[in-house]
Amino acid sequence: MAEKTSSNAYWDANIRIISICLAIWFLCSFGFGILLRPMLSGISVGGTDLGFWFAQQGSILVFLVLIFFYAWKMNKVDAEHGVEE
Amino acid sequence: MDQYTLNLLVVGASFALYIGIAIWARAGSTAEFYAAGQGVPPVMNGMATAADWMSAASFISMAGIIALAPAGGYTQSAFLMGWTGGYVLLALLLAPYLRKFGKFTVPEFVGDRFYSGGARLVAVICLIVISVTYVIGQMRGVGVTFARFLEVSTDTGLYIGAAIVFAYAVFGGMKGITYTQVAQYCVLIVAYTIPAIFISLSLTGSFLPQLGLFGTYAPSGGDVAFLTKLDQVVVELGFTQYTSHTTSTLNMFLFTMSLMIGTAGLPHVIIRFFTVPKVADARWSAGWALVFIALLYTVAPAVGSMARLNLTTTFWPNAVAGQALEGDAISLEAINTDPNLSWINTWENTGLLAFEDKNGDGLIQYYNDANPAMQAIAAERGWTGNELTKVDNDMMVLANPEIAQLPGWVIALVAAGGLAAALSTAAGLLLAISSAISHDLIKGSINPNISEKGELMAARVSMAFAIVVATWLGLNPPGFAAQVVALAFGLAAATIFPVLMMGIFSKKVNKEGAIAGMLVGLIATSVYIFLYLGWFFVPGTAMLANTPDAWLFGIAPASFGTIGAILNFVTAYVVSSMTRPVPEHIQELVESIRVPKGAGAATGHH
Repeated sequence: MAEKTSSNAYWDANIRIISICLAIWFLCSFGFGILLRPMLSGISVGGTDLGFWFAQQGSILVFLVLIFFYAWKMNKVDAEHGVEE
Repeated sequence: MDQYTLNLLVVGASFALYIGIAIWARAGSTAEFYAAGQGVPPVMNGMATAADWMSAASFISMAGIIALAPAGGYTQSAFLMGWTGGYVLLALLLAPYLRKFGKFTVPEFVGDRFYSGGARLVAVICLIVISVTYVIGQMRGVGVTFARFLEVSTDTGLYIGAAIVFAYAVFGGMKGITYTQVAQYCVLIVAYTIPAIFISLSLTGSFLPQLGLFGTYAPSGGDVAFLTKLDQVVVELGFTQYTSHTTSTLNMFLFTMSLMIGTAGLPHVIIRFFTVPKVADARWSAGWALVFIALLYTVAPAVGSMARLNLTTTFWPNAVAGQALEGDAISLEAINTDPNLSWINTWENTGLLAFEDKNGDGLIQYYNDANPAMQAIAAERGWTGNELTKVDNDMMVLANPEIAQLPGWVIALVAAGGLAAALSTAAGLLLAISSAISHDLIKGSINPNISEKGELMAARVSMAFAIVVATWLGLNPPGFAAQVVALAFGLAAATIFPVLMMGIFSKKVNKEGAIAGMLVGLIATSVYIFLYLGWFFVPGTAMLANTPDAWLFGIAPASFGTIGAILNFVTAYVVSSMTRPVPEHIQELVESIRVPKGAGAATGHH
């Protein structure tokens, strides 16, 4: 039973981290890159606006950071819950 | 040495390298054939995944589609975000758990998790439809590249490419493919970035194309931003402003989403994560794959926009320093005599570029003749229509170094890079198809007692068959390389991604739900695509015009994958709630794949 609780806590922690990462993922690509572009049109970046930068470059950089953050964070969480390999 | 010989030498040398590696790392066992024996470290695996993933569509087609998009380059950002953002989903939602599960193929996971041979069979069908559609796009890319550098027609180029893909995918298997793909990644990334750096230096003075894209335009003195200059030049000729958002936001949103979840559902990409030693490595691998992919994907928008500007200023030399229309257009005489413009005639031979001096003034005017304002200017000046009658999206990247007048070895290198991209992906896809047929279909249901040798033979025969079908369909592709590939993503988004995600994150979805969900996703998406693009892509069988007006709610066929995925999720949950719950031992299986502890090597046996 103790193991079950521990694995539930582990899974909950995992779901929480995934949700945060995916919220940022959505905001930077679909948000800033597409839906919110008109709102950001006042901020100019090299001949165009911030939304264009997010759509063609910024979002990709954010994706990279997210994946490495998740890998680093989860490997730590694995160890905390004693479920690492 | 002339360009033709140089092309042959560079491409020949790169091929010798791949074939050498394939022979050196020849697969001996089924484990090595399917999953490289789990011995591939994360960085190497990331590089091979990047090569596997970045296909003719990314290398040859994508920058051209961004550059020449009639609605402006911004609208095609969907490709950039979609094809990279999917890795976030893959790394967070699928890769670690599938690695923990530890089998060879995607249908095997579906079959075990949903405790049903029927579910496995439906997954095999989805996988084959996706992969074959994807291979058609690659074949088109191979055809275009060979056509240019061997100076033959696109069809002949396609036959040559098919023969080469066949030879080396059939012998290598996953182990051979993995190491070959590492070499191919190096060739393709060097080939893609070198011309981009040269062009960025000359147009913006910036060494990094990523910075050049948002830098200043150097040839006119550096007082205007590069993108402002590009906008100004294309608008002057009556085209849509490059950076503006002019199409349906809904469609762009759905298309981006479809490419993202499709990426995470591509069987040939997912199987890469079976080949890493540990669950933690699967997480890092996805990150490394995206690092290597981002190297190309952050360069691509620069390549596209700079190619567009270079193309335009080639046809309107006066646009470099001032207004395009203040000077004359390029003359026919210059095209035929200036060695720097010889690429125009060479590309015309491939059929991907066409021009015609309609008004007989000896000049080739390139402008948007559908724009009423331009029609007025044209009438005033005696022009009778746009005279650069065809610029194929798929030629932009390959022609880019020639348009920018770079040295011959750079041009040859780009040809080698384009082929590396197309071949590495085609090989990975064929492997996914053949393993689905030999491992999941034949060993899994038709003949479970088949010997290892017989299984390898079946895998190779099905690869050969898949190449023949893809080549035949590649002769009449339903679109540009990247567009065909986008359809494959729609199908993957609607079928494989939802079923895998529900298999991991829900203990409630049962076999009935999974099967119904996959079928609904597959049928809805493929029927929607076939209605607009022809049944099974056979030319002439389309039932509706493929235009935004005819699309349901303005949703393009390639964007429909998102809708298909939603239908899949909803169907699966509704059907599951009405049928028997998931058995206890399967719920335990789900529990076990959620924790990394205890992951063994992948096996092919139950």
